Amino acid sequence: VSAVDPCTAAEECVQPYLDRALSADERVAVERHLERCAYCRKRYEFEVALRLVVRRCSCENPPPGLVERLRSRCCDHDA
Amino acid sequence: VADPTDAPAESSARRTALEARDRARFEEEALSHADQLYRVARRLGGSETEAEELLQEAYLRAFRSWRSFTPGTNLAAWLATILRNAHLDALRRRSRRPTTEPIDEKGDYYLYNRLAEDAPEPQQDVVERLSGEAIVESLAALPPVFREVVVLVDIGDFSYADAAEILGVPIGTVMSRLYRGRRLLKGSLAERHEDGAA
Repeated sequence: VSAVDPCTAAEECVQPYLDRALSADERVAVERHLERCAYCRKRYEFEVALRLVVRRCSCENPPPGLVERLRSRCCDHDA
Repeated sequence: VADPTDAPAESSARRTALEARDRARFEEEALSHADQLYRVARRLGGSETEAEELLQEAYLRAFRSWRSFTPGTNLAAWLATILRNAHLDALRRRSRRPTTEPIDEKGDYYLYNRLAEDAPEPQQDVVERLSGEAIVESLAALPPVFREVVVLVDIGDFSYADAAEILGVPIGTVMSRLYRGRRLLKGSLAERHEDGAA
């Protein structure tokens, strides 16, 4: 997190922070900023919620009987 | 002491039996990843039927070359690599060549800002203003090179390292594509939201 504009710096760090891809120092800097800055905190919370929603909307259950069909069509029963 | 002349025939029969057992175990272990792979197949593009056909093709290929899998390595990632290759082959056959039209990339806060400016109370759950349909459509509209990495990591639960292996690219490439892919997804959601609100 650089000294430029703390909110711009935090905006750049939100995704790597959520991916746990920051160093310990960077992580602490982001957390400190989020504690103090309601503007960034709201946006951070939105990112967390967005990831969950994208996942929920995109992960439909497989059709019933999928594994059984794959087993009967793909497995080598003669072996 | 056993007659040494019986040994070859006996050991070959035994080897066949052991091999059949190993293969059956391999097949069952591979099938235990079907749900995870289905999620990926479904979001790589295509209908439910196409996703199941793709999965079937991937399992057929995987079982044909099961001996080339190195035990102890990541089976789900190995299967996903085969799934992706089968997907690329299917695209080529249908000559639905992946297009990569550039989309404007916006900052990370862009989507929130667009959604929030619409209503007087941005404190309420802003994310609820997105429809599930818009999310699925936006994901499907991402250029394939970005869509596949978002699908693998954010929906398929593969790690950066797994995704790098599956896509055959360095981990840094996975990270930069993921970063851009998520931003493009949000830009597209913002656009759809505005179209819907207009």
